[in-house]
Amino acid sequence: MEPSSEKLLWMYKTMIEIREYEEAMVKVYLEGKLPPKIQKGLAFDIGAGPVPGEMHLAAGQEPVAVGVCAHLHAEDSVVGAHRPHHFAIAKGVRLNEMTAEMFGKVTGLGRGKGGHMHLFDPKVKFSCGGIVGAGAPQACGAALAAKKMGKDWVAIAFFGEGAANQGAFHEALNLASLWKLPVLFVVEDNSWGISVPKSMSTSVASNADRAAAYAMPGIRVDRNDAVDVYMAAGEAVARARRGEGPTLIEVKTDRYLGHFQGDPEAYRPKDEAPTLRKDDPIPALGAMLRSRGLLNDETDAGIRAEIAARIEAAYEFGRSSPYPEASEALQHVFSS
Amino acid sequence: MTNESTSRTLTMAQAISEAIGMEMERDSRVFYMGEDVGKYGGIFSATTGLLDKFGPERIMETPISETGFLGTAVGAAAEGLRPIAEIMFVDFFGVCFDQIYNHLAKNTYMSGGALKFPAVITTGIGGGYNDAAQHSQCLYSIFAHVPGLKVVVPSNAYDAKGLMIEAIRDDNPVIFMYHKGIMGLSWMSYFEGSTNAVPEESYTIPFGKANVIRQGTDLTIVTLSQMVQKSLLAADKLAELGISAEVVDLRTLVPLDKATVLKSVAKTGRLLVADEDYLSFGLSGEISSIVAENLDTLQMKAPVLRLAVPDVPIPFSRPLEQFAIPQVDSIVDSARQLMNAKAFK
Ligand SMILES: Cc1ncc(C[n+]2csc(CCOP(=O)(O)OP(=O)(O)O)c2C)c(N)n1
Repeated sequence: MEPSSEKLLWMYKTMIEIREYEEAMVKVYLEGKLPPKIQKGLAFDIGAGPVPGEMHLAAGQEPVAVGVCAHLHAEDSVVGAHRPHHFAIAKGVRLNEMTAEMFGKVTGLGRGKGGHMHLFDPKVKFSCGGIVGAGAPQACGAALAAKKMGKDWVAIAFFGEGAANQGAFHEALNLASLWKLPVLFVVEDNSWGISVPKSMSTSVASNADRAAAYAMPGIRVDRNDAVDVYMAAGEAVARARRGEGPTLIEVKTDRYLGHFQGDPEAYRPKDEAPTLRKDDPIPALGAMLRSRGLLNDETDAGIRAEIAARIEAAYEFGRSSPYPEASEALQHVFSS
Repeated sequence: MTNESTSRTLTMAQAISEAIGMEMERDSRVFYMGEDVGKYGGIFSATTGLLDKFGPERIMETPISETGFLGTAVGAAAEGLRPIAEIMFVDFFGVCFDQIYNHLAKNTYMSGGALKFPAVITTGIGGGYNDAAQHSQCLYSIFAHVPGLKVVVPSNAYDAKGLMIEAIRDDNPVIFMYHKGIMGLSWMSYFEGSTNAVPEESYTIPFGKANVIRQGTDLTIVTLSQMVQKSLLAADKLAELGISAEVVDLRTLVPLDKATVLKSVAKTGRLLVADEDYLSFGLSGEISSIVAENLDTLQMKAPVLRLAVPDVPIPFSRPLEQFAIPQVDSIVDSARQLMNAKAFK
């Protein structure tokens, strides 16, 4: 199913929003982390600055997020992993609250308790976590719930190609197929699991081939392209909504930045990321929109200005919100 | 054992990778498996330089398949090899614990002693840098709770080298846990007391021998890992207040050096356990029970005091994390509280 003009524009805008958000985070994250304001002898201090801790960004990986989420409603569940912002934004997670969470502020999605790897927005049924592979079975749970409640909701598990070597991935696929669950397993193949190339971690060239072992369709999207992802995901989501069971989709995509911010990337050829950036999927979609008369310089500038304002507001909200009281650490261990 | 002429100052990460390299040179049965342990040199630099020295057959890059390679370590150890397997963060053991606690820990026993499992599992522990609930735990008590695992938790480079060599030579499974905030990494602030003089030659530190790292007379602080470094700083502050704290670095949880704890507490009459693990059902309870079980031989001047993470997951936000994880000042406060307490009201 070809995307409508409306969907094409939504994917374009959302990819820009993701990219701009991530590029802004690159800068904000570095604040306070560099010499001379840190412990002597250190090159970088991960625990310093307004946004401390690990930071995994997804610049370059926008097509996977928008191509799939373009088919979703608020009732559909998305489970992301440690690199979650692109999925969160594409699923409509509240941007201000998400940003405040990364600043550790009381206005954050988790009142500052979760941080960037642990974002929960029940309003749009988004969650994610820092344990590689853990999301796939949880998406099965959301799908099972939809089925039991007689809804046509679907669940999506997004994770990297590295995660497809976890036992949890294989157990989830078998279970989803056995129980005909309305779930999509979407593998983002950015070629790297931290420093380990796919060729050193994975016994098959394409994870789509693994679907056969679980009697479900396996689709490989070979281009980092929002429309290609949209088409593959459209069929899979429709299948799931019809009650015909799960699909495994692997999308080839590109990681422009380090595994985490501060990653020295000594394992990666120096020219790899700059070369990948030449195939940037955002201008590619922009060019397509222009060729169809859906975008011109003026409307593009308008889109970008609106997004820039929203992102600035989100960071400002995060920055200026108060921290929680220290004693809040003792709350919410159990629900009340 | 220290030989001035051949010592140099090393970070704990350097000491650990040196120890592993020396043992790999000495014993061809030793090999290393883990994620990002090759070109990257280990996320916490425990294998820096080892791939170049020993090649990919002995420094084995693994898929993100912890059950797979932990189980491989169990099987290889049964065959007489001496695997070292790295779980990047201890928090990840959840995906592979069966291989550890049901197999690695129990197979020697269940085989009536017929089988040996000379494997080392290395792992990063601890918080303090806002990595939140799934990347900041210590959890050593969980490993120590299971019979059949030796548990080593060093506080400084010198100890780490000697304990690592001892671990690799041990014929039993050893869990070797290094706190990220004392590894001396270039990208994370750390307690500089952990970087110290390390002899170039090979040496071992026996398990089950706690180190009285600072002598004192008023109270005993029993602790380990990064909390040793915090306790030493706290002891400096306490000295300024006229309080003399003795700091006992346990070094290993299993075996546990009860005698040194008891000897120190007998001397001071006051015990503070400073722990970065969760409060309940863990190290601090275990150490307290040693005192409780020996009250007939001790003249306690105050009840035992436990300082640990107050049974909450490690929160992300800085003020919350600082609150949840005991800091130097909280050790000082606890020590002062202990000095004001009475054994009988
Ligand atoms: C169970 C577990 N093992 C290891 C890690 C450490 N880790 C975090 S991300 C990562 C690489 C993940 O690679 P991939 O799934 O391809 O996702 P990407 O980072 O490329 O987005 C690893 C090994 C973890 N968080 N959880």
